[in-house]
Amino acid sequence: MSATASPTTIGAELALEMYRQMTRIRLFEEQANELYRGAKMPGLTHLYIGEEAVAVGVCSALRRDDWITSTHRGHGHCLAKGADVDRMFAELLGKEAGYCRGKGGSMHIADHENGNLGANAIVGGSAGIATGAAFSAKRRGTDQVAVCFFGEGALGQGLVYEVMNMASLWTLPVIYVCENNMYNEYTHYLEATAGDILARPRAFGIEADEVDGQDVRAVYGRMTELVERARSGGGPAFLLANTYRYHGHHVGDVDRTYYRTKDEEALWRSDERDPLRVLGTWLLAQGFADDDGLHSIEDAARAEVESGVQFALDAPYPDSSQVTEDVFA
Amino acid sequence: MSSPSAVETAAGTRTLTFGQAINEALAEELRRDETVFLIGEDVAEAGHPFKVLSGLVEEFGPERVLDSPISEPGITGLGVGAAMTGMRPVVDIMFGDFLTLVMDQLANQAAKAHYMSGGKLRVPLVLRTTLGATRRSAAQHSQSLQAWVAHVPGLKVVLPSTPADAKGLLKTAIRDDNPVVFIEDKMDYVVKGEVPDGEYLIPFGLADVKRVGEDVTIVATSSMVRVALAAAELLEQSGISAEVIDPRTISPLDEDTIVRSAEKTGRAIVVDEGHQRYGVTAEIASVIADRAFYALDAPVKRMGALDVPVPFSPTLEDVTVPTPETVAETARRLCGKD
Repeated sequence: MSATASPTTIGAELALEMYRQMTRIRLFEEQANELYRGAKMPGLTHLYIGEEAVAVGVCSALRRDDWITSTHRGHGHCLAKGADVDRMFAELLGKEAGYCRGKGGSMHIADHENGNLGANAIVGGSAGIATGAAFSAKRRGTDQVAVCFFGEGALGQGLVYEVMNMASLWTLPVIYVCENNMYNEYTHYLEATAGDILARPRAFGIEADEVDGQDVRAVYGRMTELVERARSGGGPAFLLANTYRYHGHHVGDVDRTYYRTKDEEALWRSDERDPLRVLGTWLLAQGFADDDGLHSIEDAARAEVESGVQFALDAPYPDSSQVTEDVFA
Repeated sequence: MSSPSAVETAAGTRTLTFGQAINEALAEELRRDETVFLIGEDVAEAGHPFKVLSGLVEEFGPERVLDSPISEPGITGLGVGAAMTGMRPVVDIMFGDFLTLVMDQLANQAAKAHYMSGGKLRVPLVLRTTLGATRRSAAQHSQSLQAWVAHVPGLKVVLPSTPADAKGLLKTAIRDDNPVVFIEDKMDYVVKGEVPDGEYLIPFGLADVKRVGEDVTIVATSSMVRVALAAAELLEQSGISAEVIDPRTISPLDEDTIVRSAEKTGRAIVVDEGHQRYGVTAEIASVIADRAFYALDAPVKRMGALDVPVPFSPTLEDVTVPTPETVAETARRLCGKD
């Protein structure tokens, strides 16, 4: 593994902003869970809680005009890339004010203005789209980069390897961010993944590295290097972020003891592994914030989430006549 | 360059092969719009196994005419992402049978992105591929899978039957803001026809009356248009006047032209080289039965490929597809003149 950037180079302003973003995602997801439990949300959703440092660390290293593609567990990516809480909630509830006018729902939020080419409910399905966006950036002569978020479950999909091959052949500015939350749905990844994960991208000549996905400073530091490398023509990269999904595969997956232990869950929720506490502790130690400062960030995020969910609950559903709109451009 | 053996004919047209017409359409659009590029297996120096793309890489360079790895899902996915972000990719899938390989990227990604995003994302992608049996290529290189893609909302499906149509429709496809599956009959590439000089586009959803007739309507697509026209010649000898309608695009489908013809003749046969069961012929026949019912003098007949995998041996393969003789025979029976 190559050396990671020194996390201490991150200043107070950026670190506090990352804390705010991670808190916002955590509270958004807790609220989404409440919407499900209160039978206010159609369908199911896949919570990102526990993985916030990955989305925020990665997206903090990107510009607004850089592209991302996301996954079925995508709320964190969307928010970190700039989406508003109110229109996110509206989409989760199938309301017209949602990012996709209620046509996409939780698994398909797209926010083109902020470079989000869409969350994707086919595991690994967006790998081609992200690679194509990078191809497009290079052909159009911009210095945009594209990031493909995917879970370790997507390592079983052939498409991922097809496009990594092309990204390396053509030196495309794309970064494949593999969020290893350890579970392919309900199956431990070691039961589904042979060999060394990083050996796979390296076989294509792709720069590959792993980071502690619970440490936003580590994610941001390494990602910044890979983004600058891609932006300046250095080609694709693969970042393996080791993380953990606090909740189940989806909100309805509450009895998880048949596939993982409560001790394991408790370990990842501890002060040493929880991404918010890891960063919070560091902020306090650096003197970048005191307890009141962190609480005020949390209060502001809570107010944003509460007003966002209220907006969504009050918003109208699309008129049924809209069902045939947007099939074709 | 793109039409080396073009023959000058009467003012305003030239004789081109189907392949040359495709080549011209691509060259003109590559010249007109910097965002257009071609990607596929052996599309550059090799000019494609069917030699349809000869000369393009020489004019436009390997940046815009890209030889890809043998990764059909990968190049289709790359095309979708490039299309979403300002490019107009033309993805070459050598054999229509390989549509099975790209179905996720086509049906779940390209076709869904615009709708799923509430109209925000656009995928101006053209996927060119082929159809057709009788080339002695056996079961994995001979299928006509247009029904598979026409079944998916969000995809447009084009089935050109002449060089002139191929050129005008392909230029329209490249300028369309939606994913378009453009399916060419690989047996047609050497077939010649008159192609108008100069710039022209053919709109989607506009059927063409390939032959005017009074007694029976034959709706035929792609490879089956030639078969239908040959059948019409045979029928003329039997005193039956057949009208041949070519929908040219099956999604969107010009129902009005088809229905008007069926109402006029009172009899209709639908011919398409895809498998008959649950196929394109079923859809079009149901449109005719539904909308022209009271004008019909006989049930609507369907003729597609036999519902077997395409066999290799010529004596087996040749009986799997409609021929001028079988189409004419069906028409005679329909007209009570068998």
